Amino acid sequence: MLEPLLEVRGLTKRFGALLATDDIDLDVRAGETHAIIGPNGAGKTTLIGQLAGDLQPDAGRIRFAGEDITPFGVAARSRKGLARSFQITSVFREFTALDNVALAVQAHDGHSFRFWRPARREAALREPARALLAGLGLEARADVVAANLAHGEQRQLEIAMALATRPRLLLLDEPVAGMGAEESQRMIRLLTGLKGRQTIVLVEHDMDAVFTLADRVSVLVYGRIIATGTPEEIRGNAEVRRAYLGEDTRS
Amino acid sequence: MASRARLVVLGAGLLLLVAVPPLAGALNQPFYVDLLRRVMIFAIAAVSLDLILGYGGMVSFGHAAYLGIGAYAVGVLMHHGIVSGWVQWPLAIAASALVALGIGAVSIRTSGVSFIMITLAFTQMLYYLGISIEEYGGDDGMRLAAKSQFAGLIDLGNPMAFYYLVLAVLGASLWIGHRVVNARFGMVIRAAKSNEARTRAIGFSTDRYKLTAFVIAGAMGGVAGALLVNQTEFLTPEFMHWTRSGEIMFMVILGGMGTLVGPVLGAVVFLLLEDALSAWTVHWQIILGPFLVLVVLFARRGLVGLLPGAGRDA
Amino acid sequence: MIWLFLVLEQFLNGLQLGVMLFLMAAGLTLVFGIMNLVNLAHGALYMVGAYLAVTFVQWTGSFPLGVVLALAGTLVVGIAVEVVALRTLYERDHLDQVLATFGLILFFNELVAILWGRSALYTSLPAWLSGHVQVLPGIRYPVYRALVILVGLAVAALLWLVVTRTRLGMLIRAGASNRTMVGALGVNVRLLYTVVFGCGAALAGLAGLMAGPIYTVQPGMGEEILIQVFVVIVIGGIGSIRGALVGAVIVGMVDTLGRAFLKPMLATVLSPSAADTAGPAFASMLIYMLMAAVLAFRPQGLFPARGI
Repeated sequence: MLEPLLEVRGLTKRFGALLATDDIDLDVRAGETHAIIGPNGAGKTTLIGQLAGDLQPDAGRIRFAGEDITPFGVAARSRKGLARSFQITSVFREFTALDNVALAVQAHDGHSFRFWRPARREAALREPARALLAGLGLEARADVVAANLAHGEQRQLEIAMALATRPRLLLLDEPVAGMGAEESQRMIRLLTGLKGRQTIVLVEHDMDAVFTLADRVSVLVYGRIIATGTPEEIRGNAEVRRAYLGEDTRS
Repeated sequence: MASRARLVVLGAGLLLLVAVPPLAGALNQPFYVDLLRRVMIFAIAAVSLDLILGYGGMVSFGHAAYLGIGAYAVGVLMHHGIVSGWVQWPLAIAASALVALGIGAVSIRTSGVSFIMITLAFTQMLYYLGISIEEYGGDDGMRLAAKSQFAGLIDLGNPMAFYYLVLAVLGASLWIGHRVVNARFGMVIRAAKSNEARTRAIGFSTDRYKLTAFVIAGAMGGVAGALLVNQTEFLTPEFMHWTRSGEIMFMVILGGMGTLVGPVLGAVVFLLLEDALSAWTVHWQIILGPFLVLVVLFARRGLVGLLPGAGRDA
Repeated sequence: MIWLFLVLEQFLNGLQLGVMLFLMAAGLTLVFGIMNLVNLAHGALYMVGAYLAVTFVQWTGSFPLGVVLALAGTLVVGIAVEVVALRTLYERDHLDQVLATFGLILFFNELVAILWGRSALYTSLPAWLSGHVQVLPGIRYPVYRALVILVGLAVAALLWLVVTRTRLGMLIRAGASNRTMVGALGVNVRLLYTVVFGCGAALAGLAGLMAGPIYTVQPGMGEEILIQVFVVIVIGGIGSIRGALVGAVIVGMVDTLGRAFLKPMLATVLSPSAADTAGPAFASMLIYMLMAAVLAFRPQGLFPARGI
């Protein structure tokens, strides 16, 4: 049996008296789309923060492709192939969409201690960036300043940037958050297209997205994972039902 | 890629600067050569600060330190008998770069407000150091025995030759600055200013790039310092006083930060204004202070921001 | 025995400097922690306190009365500055705040120079404050400096009480952690900010008026101490009053003891002339080197605050 791509053991994080992450074990297999769901306050943001490298856990270990990445910072993890998108859209607002993606390409194209050639004229950066934007249907918006893009386009831009870093695992923090029905559908279609080719860890509230996309689902409640299984298994799980009572009843 | 209007301003400005010495000669007003040479030296300092402040978002309140170090390197070497500019100036640049490396290594990891306070504190430390070393004049300062010698190539004692040298250095600084901010390196710095978390998330270890930018800016400040001490023929710890840092920062903001051209304009306006005001009243700072407050509150984008087409980053 | 006396005297001087640095640091860090405002003009309020003290003591002929008036005057100036100039800066980024308050410094330094001239002023102390007091058998210390230490420690205790035990303190701490929430709860945030700033101004004014008889009163005096206050805050941790106290005492001690003893200490290993130069030079750099050392190991300071 192949080692999981992402292996989390005993992850714990405290904020003063609050135990935000309580001894979490989690496995993500290569090629799978793994959703993490849970009621508000369950600690999803803290968990993502520790996976991405924003937060250092108080205890526990994170192994990625067989390597212990727990001591690594955000940038180092990105270079190892762990890409993320943010819950609240975070792009380079003053730069064009093309600039944004080109920067992501640049980050993984050797070092950037180059002081002379204009970066905007480097085909090695611009071509792949354009291709990525085209893959997301944004090629017409390439020269639009990111701040002027529609909300949904900005979310797509984030995905393009994540893909530009040639990731082995995509960590998506609520990718359809704040999107209308049509935009959500487009994003879900996009992510469905990535299934299998990318390993995806998805934190989401939107059950539609979760049940369409996820191969497996882990449920986070009060910092602990109470259940992991296929969407059907989770749907039928009594404990999960109880945790969600009064929350989203669409499932 | 500066906007059209900015390029026009730059071109016109440079032409004007080139024309000053012959014009001043014709009108028999050599004072202006001296004044504008001083303006250009500070313009170089302002451009160097713009690299890290305007493009990098690093609010370094200690930039005057590098002018001071460049000046002191030249002055101290001169004091000990080393008169050749070929030796002095590279050492001045190396010294400023080294100090920038030291200060930067400690400060860049800290958050925004801490960074401001730390850079300010270190500048003041150097100022106090300068005051306490009696051999180089202490707080009275020291006269420069002679200008830096560049045997045969150029005589800094010739006002016009010195003027054109400074103009050339200013031109070179602008050109280098322009290339750097648009190259891969510059893009990382600018991205870090725009969104530091995002820059890290895509895989850049921003600290090492910021430190490098800090060192480059420090080195350029050292060049300005070497020029300055030759201009004033006097060495004083006042070069490093933190209010100097504030003035240079004001020049960058007044002209328009993040534009390279703006700081030059800011230096011109600030120093000419200071010159005019101080002729009028010895208490000119009481006017300058509120003026600065007003600029910050209402003209945040600076003079360049008033030009048509202003909106895109350089 | 002489040595012991010298060391103890410098130790107390270090405590006295530390206490004054604390008063300044507490005000600055409060304002930064609550309103997220970097106020370079904090030193200007210190200067105003000192100048007003000199003037009012002269006018009224009474030291206590003059001092109280100076404190009130500084409070008024502080609140005026907040209402007129600083309110708009709360939403701006730190660069704007730094530049604008730098402009205020230029303004205040020049204003003071216009009103009082540029030469240093001296406050004369009344007889009952000019003597010495016996700290330990055989060891005397200036009454005034001892009083400064006591006042400073008393204020520190008072601050602690206010912040941890009163409603105002609760609001301050709540405001420090979540501004919008406090506002949403119906608290008049604007008033709160003005009160907090007023407190900071009063603390700075107190430090300034106490400083008059000890340090020289001249334009620019605020910035000299302000930089030391920055060192205190960086070492102690931004936004933390506890950090400000610890940092202030450390910086006060290191600076005072360094200036007093580094040269003689160096003279035991270096030649007298080398020690003569190196001593004062290094002594003036000590606190900055200390700051660098702290930053190298704990960039966030010794007691980084989450709130106060």
